[in-house]
This record gives sequence, structure tokens and C-alpha cells, in this order.
Amino acid sequence: MLDLDSAFAALADPTRRAILARLALGEATVMELAEPFEMTQPAVSRHLKVLEQAGLILRRNEGTRRPSRLAKPGFDAVDQWLDMLRTALTRNYDRLDQVLADMTPDTGGEIG
Amino acid sequence: MNTMTKLTLKTEGDTQVVVTRHFNAKPEALYRAHTEPELIQKWLLGPEGWTMPVCISEPRPGGKIRYEWENPAKGKASRFQITGEYLELEPFNRIVHVERMFLPDPTPDNHIETRFDRDGDGTLMTMRMTLPDAPTRAQMLATGMEHGMEMSYVRLEGILPA
Repeated sequence: MLDLDSAFAALADPTRRAILARLALGEATVMELAEPFEMTQPAVSRHLKVLEQAGLILRRNEGTRRPSRLAKPGFDAVDQWLDMLRTALTRNYDRLDQVLADMTPDTGGEIG
Repeated sequence: MNTMTKLTLKTEGDTQVVVTRHFNAKPEALYRAHTEPELIQKWLLGPEGWTMPVCISEPRPGGKIRYEWENPAKGKASRFQITGEYLELEPFNRIVHVERMFLPDPTPDNHIETRFDRDGDGTLMTMRMTLPDAPTRAQMLATGMEHGMEMSYVRLEGILPA
């Protein structure tokens, strides 16, 4: 079950978004992620834990390595929500243009 | 297509988000469309498919705001709401109110000042949202409202399989 609040909180951090962008290219281990971001492995692990709990990544056990990859269901849920919000403002104001156009005859003369 | 009507959205300081948009109408019309329930119900609907079966707007200091949305195709379970209160009203130039969304738990209060200033023959709307703190704003921006972040999501979507 995806918790959208956790997902958005996880996405609000620029480092975690950068980690996700890297994982979009393919699976990576903590070591592989730590290097380009010039972060310690424990710091990367903390970010991965947040992303995993938010349902945005999956980690698989491979001996002592635990490679991470993007969790598609998590992103699908977030995308669906974002699409709604992204279009909402624009659609609202396009509709408001029409409402205002319809009102014009009623609003009458100059407003001081 | 009037390019003047393009929406702008930017952050200010640690806690604010500012939206501007030009309209080809007078401030009075904008003010009415933001405060009269029967007008609000015609446009404040978000994506296609949504309706606002309940709209309470009492435009006086302390007056209540309650908007309930429902997508009939998705049934009653889709219903969600915003509640709030008006703080200050200066017809037809300025509205100050607070609101919170229930998803179903309430989000932190969003303090919103909406200004309607004459701009040529029309009106420039400036909506300034103030969130309680930086993390709350960050979370709100993560909803894809800010342009730069939206781009990063678009990039991710492009990479991810459809």
C-alpha cells in the first residue's frame, strides 16, 4: 500500500530526487550511488531507507549487497496524483476565463 | 491564444509560493468569481470529470469556506474537501483566507492572500500562499506545482516505462 504523504515527503529532497534519477538508468548498489554524489555510504543508506519506506524503490538481497531499483507501482501512483494537480490549476483558470466572459454583461460600467 | 494569460508560479523566501495570472476582465468580476458560490462551482473544479456538489463561501471576516469535490465516475469514495475561513476582504481588490485540505487527514493551514490589480484593460491576479514552515512548503512543491520540479518529474517519466 503506497502512502502518498511519505512519497511526496521523500520526493521533496533534492538528493533523493537525484538518487531516483540515477536509479531510473538502472539498478545500483549503495557503493555505486555513494560515489557520484560524494556521500558516505551510511548517508546514502539513510536516503534509500526513506525511499524504500515511501514505496518508491525496491531492494533485493544479493549476498551482502542490496541493489536498489525504482518501484514502478509507487511511481505510477505518484504520477497519477501529479497529473491531476498539474492540470488542475491550468484547467481552473481556463474555465474561469469563460466564467468571466459570461459575466461581463452583468458587471456593467467602470469600476472605480 | 493570449500568451499574457500564462500562469506563473514561483517560490519566495522559505515558506511562500506565489501564483500570478492575467485575466481579460475587471477586478470586480474576479473578486465575485472567487467569492460567490454559484460562480466558484463553475470553475474551481480541477481536472476534467470533477464536480463541486458542496460550496459554502461566506465572504466576510470569520466567514466559512467549504468546498467538496466528487468525481461521479469514481463514486462517493472519491469525495474530498477543503475547509477554511475568511480573514480579510477588500472588495474588489484583496481576499485573505486560510484553508486546509482533508486527504483524509487535514494538511497544515495554508494562508492565502489573493490580490486583483488592474493590468491594462484586464486584471493581474496575484495569489500568495504562505505555509507554516519550510518542510511543509517543500512537501507542497513536491506535488508538482513548481515549474523546475515539474521538469524533473517529466524527465523521470520520460525514462520510466509507460
